[in-house]
Amino acid sequence: MRFTHLHEISALCAEESTTIGRLMIQEQAQETNTPEEEIFRQMSDYYQVMKEAVHRGQTQDTVSRSGLTGGDGKRLAEYLRAGETCSGDASALAMAYALSVSEVNASMGRIVATPTAGSCGVIPGVFISAQERFGWDDKHMVHGLFAAGAIGYVIANNSFISGAEGGCQAEIGSAIGMAAGAMVELRGGTPEQALHAVGLALKNTLGLICDPVAGLVEIPCIVRNGLGAVTALAAADMALAGVRSAIPSDEVIDVMLEVGSAMPSKHRETAKGGLAQTPTGKRLTESLTRNASTKKNKS
Amino acid sequence: MRFKDVFSIIGPAMTGPSSSHTAGAVRLARVARHWLGAQPDRARMTLYGSFADTYKGHGTDLALIAGLLNYDTDDSRIPDAEQWAEQAGMAVEFAFSGLPAPHPNTVRFELWKGGDQRTLLGSSIGGGSIHVQQLNEFRVNLTGELPTLVLLHSDKPGTLGAVTSALGAADINIAYMHVDRKGRDGEALTAIEMDSPATPELIAKLRSLPHMYEIKMIHLKKGAESDAIYPFA
Repeated sequence: MRFTHLHEISALCAEESTTIGRLMIQEQAQETNTPEEEIFRQMSDYYQVMKEAVHRGQTQDTVSRSGLTGGDGKRLAEYLRAGETCSGDASALAMAYALSVSEVNASMGRIVATPTAGSCGVIPGVFISAQERFGWDDKHMVHGLFAAGAIGYVIANNSFISGAEGGCQAEIGSAIGMAAGAMVELRGGTPEQALHAVGLALKNTLGLICDPVAGLVEIPCIVRNGLGAVTALAAADMALAGVRSAIPSDEVIDVMLEVGSAMPSKHRETAKGGLAQTPTGKRLTESLTRNASTKKNKS
Repeated sequence: MRFKDVFSIIGPAMTGPSSSHTAGAVRLARVARHWLGAQPDRARMTLYGSFADTYKGHGTDLALIAGLLNYDTDDSRIPDAEQWAEQAGMAVEFAFSGLPAPHPNTVRFELWKGGDQRTLLGSSIGGGSIHVQQLNEFRVNLTGELPTLVLLHSDKPGTLGAVTSALGAADINIAYMHVDRKGRDGEALTAIEMDSPATPELIAKLRSLPHMYEIKMIHLKKGAESDAIYPFA
């Protein structure tokens, strides 16, 4: 790839009068010696999987394997249809879809890691709700996914994208940054605006710990996906309005590395701190362990 | 760069709930199957670290079984992998170890097929990416991202030269190569990660080389020929 930082992306886009999405397609084709059409088809397939996951979460009763979570995506969509929401219909729908995809994930359904399975709801939540609202075609959305991928590529290689390494800021945070930047591009914002959206979004997730109850990708992961989708929309709005990330986005990514590295291991997906170690978190963990060992003894 | 392309960020399509515990586990087990070159009759998987602690809730056990059945990361049969294994006549068992491992999410496979036994040690390093550290007692450093040739041969001068010449003649570029041997003049293993898969002609050429015992292909790409095994009579 010809870029490792966000500022290089905006420079390349300016030089070549292109978008982040188109740039990423070209770079991927060059790097993997694969025709652009094939790369585009692969990403289109992923987008279909995302749509199917939203649909499944919205129409079926998804219950996680542990039995701890499920049904909130549907619950939220029903609430949205029933009347006035607090956060606005666009936000509520993005949230409902994001929850649905994360619930499908927890039920061992089919999803796309974006960038991880724990953060798989944010991008589909933002993208599919926006597509319905603005009437965009799938091709437009797939270009947006490449833009999101370019942003994620920079974050992953300069900081981290997994909760085990850098806390939830690395996982949900990366997904929010990717979704925010891509949303700006989908709305016709400039690459520079898109990259400001990344910085604005990431700044707001710094320090977010990864503290899954019983180590499972459910509590608080699912809800964080829903709220993450709303943050992405808000950051996109700020950037489209001309708000700039006063600290350049590349520097925010460096800070993500600094903060994540300084985080104690108990706050990095080990389930040894945070919400996982609250009295309720411990009780849920114990009840699951008990069920698992009963099952094991029986078999 | 740790992450090499856009599909390591967006993707893989997978069965939930965890890219480390589920998708990575499927891929590790598929590599193990391709290393054996067939579906095992029996498999024992020893889980270390976080794999041992949280495998049940994440379905890591099901994902590992699914990979041994050669399912891809998004196969809808993964949640029922135990039943499918039974139907396929594959006996599986799990063991747990508190010993230190190269990474928090590590698994060791012991696979049996007829009289053949293979081991593999590997880790799931996040986002569905994997790192294979050992094939039997040989040290390797594999990702499963690229088509990989695994050659067992004797440690004789000129063997690797002949192998790389054959690849060059077939216009196949070597991306990474790992060599380990049991001892000077003893058995050696060479793993070659390539930019494109080996052609049948190349395999035939490699088979004809002196000091070559066995050739295996590890290729996880969707639609790729599975169990491409080239045993020596």
